Amino acid sequence: MKSRFLRTFALFSTFMMTIPALAWADDAAQAAATIDTGDTSWVLISAALVMLMTLPGLALFYGGLSRKKNVLSTIMYSFFAMVIISLQWPLWGYSLSFGPDINHIIGSLDWFGLSNVGIDPNPDYGATIPHQAFMIFQMMFAIITPALISGAFAERMRFPAFIAFLLLWATFVYDPVAHWVWGVDGWLRNLGALDFAGGTVVHILSGVSGLVACLVLGKRKGLGSEPMIPHNLPFVVLGAALLWFGWFGFNAGSALGANGLAVSAFVVTHLATAAAAFSWVVAEWLHHGKPTTLGAASGAVAGLVAITPAAGFVGPMPAILIGLISGVVCYLMVSVVKAKLRYDDALDAFGIHGIGGTWGAIATGLFASTAVNPAGGDGLFFGNPEQLVNQLIAVAVTWGVAIVGTYVILKVINLFSKLRATDEEQDTGLDFTQHGEDAYTDLVSGSTLAAFAAVPAAKATAGAVKPAL
Amino acid sequence: MTKIECILRPGKLENVKDALNEYGIHGMTVTQVIGCGLQKGRTEVYRGAEYSINLLPKIKLEMVIPDKNVSEVIRIITDTARTGEIGDGKIFTYKVDNAIRIRTGETGDEAI
Repeated sequence: MKSRFLRTFALFSTFMMTIPALAWADDAAQAAATIDTGDTSWVLISAALVMLMTLPGLALFYGGLSRKKNVLSTIMYSFFAMVIISLQWPLWGYSLSFGPDINHIIGSLDWFGLSNVGIDPNPDYGATIPHQAFMIFQMMFAIITPALISGAFAERMRFPAFIAFLLLWATFVYDPVAHWVWGVDGWLRNLGALDFAGGTVVHILSGVSGLVACLVLGKRKGLGSEPMIPHNLPFVVLGAALLWFGWFGFNAGSALGANGLAVSAFVVTHLATAAAAFSWVVAEWLHHGKPTTLGAASGAVAGLVAITPAAGFVGPMPAILIGLISGVVCYLMVSVVKAKLRYDDALDAFGIHGIGGTWGAIATGLFASTAVNPAGGDGLFFGNPEQLVNQLIAVAVTWGVAIVGTYVILKVINLFSKLRATDEEQDTGLDFTQHGEDAYTDLVSGSTLAAFAAVPAAKATAGAVKPAL
Repeated sequence: MTKIECILRPGKLENVKDALNEYGIHGMTVTQVIGCGLQKGRTEVYRGAEYSINLLPKIKLEMVIPDKNVSEVIRIITDTARTGEIGDGKIFTYKVDNAIRIRTGETGDEAI
């Protein structure tokens, strides 16, 4: 009896498994004609590298910069950007960003739930890779962008409000702008604005949104009277190094193939980063007398940001120049201008990403060359001032959308859920008040110091434990 | 019996401990502390923002010793921990009524 059941079950299973296999055979035959395995490998690896930038890269970079009592909540911002956007993107985010164009403004919902997004290449977005490879690569960009914003409002935004912000901001700010810049028939793309790997879409959007968010939320309690010193600089350096490593996927992966353009983007990314780390450290050495590790890490990130829009359009020497300028400009922004204007961009999302991204987008208009990428354009220094104008339009529009979009979204969320942690919650730390956890244990006991005074919850409820004294 | 409590530069702990061990003092309690005295603090800079840190890391070393050893122990600590610069630390002495070894119940000098 039992064996007859097993035989029937095996036959049924085989039959059921054959149906999709037969249906896919056609797709596979079609796809095999155009899919390039080298290109596909590179894009998948690049997608994984970009994922590494958010987790653990950005999480450690920001986590180390925050205070000990807020490290977990800061890491959670990046972690949940990964969680929430990984669901939002396949459902509607990808379709709004890259789906069939509606009036050059937004993608339609034809690709909702990844319908029509299969393994066949979409020639518009990578003729030699499966469409889903492009989709997952782009998903990683959509994830890291709102995670970058969290650096501005770290240590004071409540977690429920953050989740609402993630969803609304990704849908109403990121997705439309991604469509304008990268989507087929997007109006900025049609205009001729260049953004190779996300200078406007990722860095200006996140940086400027961060500035708006930190202004709307207000300063952290105690800013100016209490020291707000990074609690773990080795975390920061580890995070920055992972960002640098992952950025090769971010920029070189944006060539969407294992080709010369990818190599060029890889090379200029590395050169600009080193140059910016160098110039930041020199600037602070002259300004404050010491070359700091935090400066080297921050400068590297500033260089990575600035070269991003230009990565596929400029040669090595302009890349070094872009990096050198980026390091100094971003340093002055976070060390001088921020102090003068007195806004509380806690971990410098705006100072590095907003300013670095803006400089990079403008620099693309200056240094782009069709000798590097015939599909791009020539910049001002290669005889085409119009490119600079296009870049400035893209920058201005992106700033505008980030300012208005973020402000409205935060105000709407505030109607339903308080954005800002109370003073008491900030004093205690967001790790405990938002997540009920404590990052670091006492080295002697192996538990948190507070645990000595704690009574096991179950026993306390039962009233079985008497106080010791 | 006398309790000796001294505040030292962190880098001097090993030297002081070795010198006291050589003299025959083995029991001590060591704590990492922060504090301020004559030594001015220092300035740390994070992304261009300056913070003056006026509580500096120090080591607190405590021991209880027989009265007859006090002057020699103080001499050893002073000689070993001195650099001549501000921030070398301080030594405090206190009279101790009694000491009891928990394991055996011994008291007084026997217990230390």
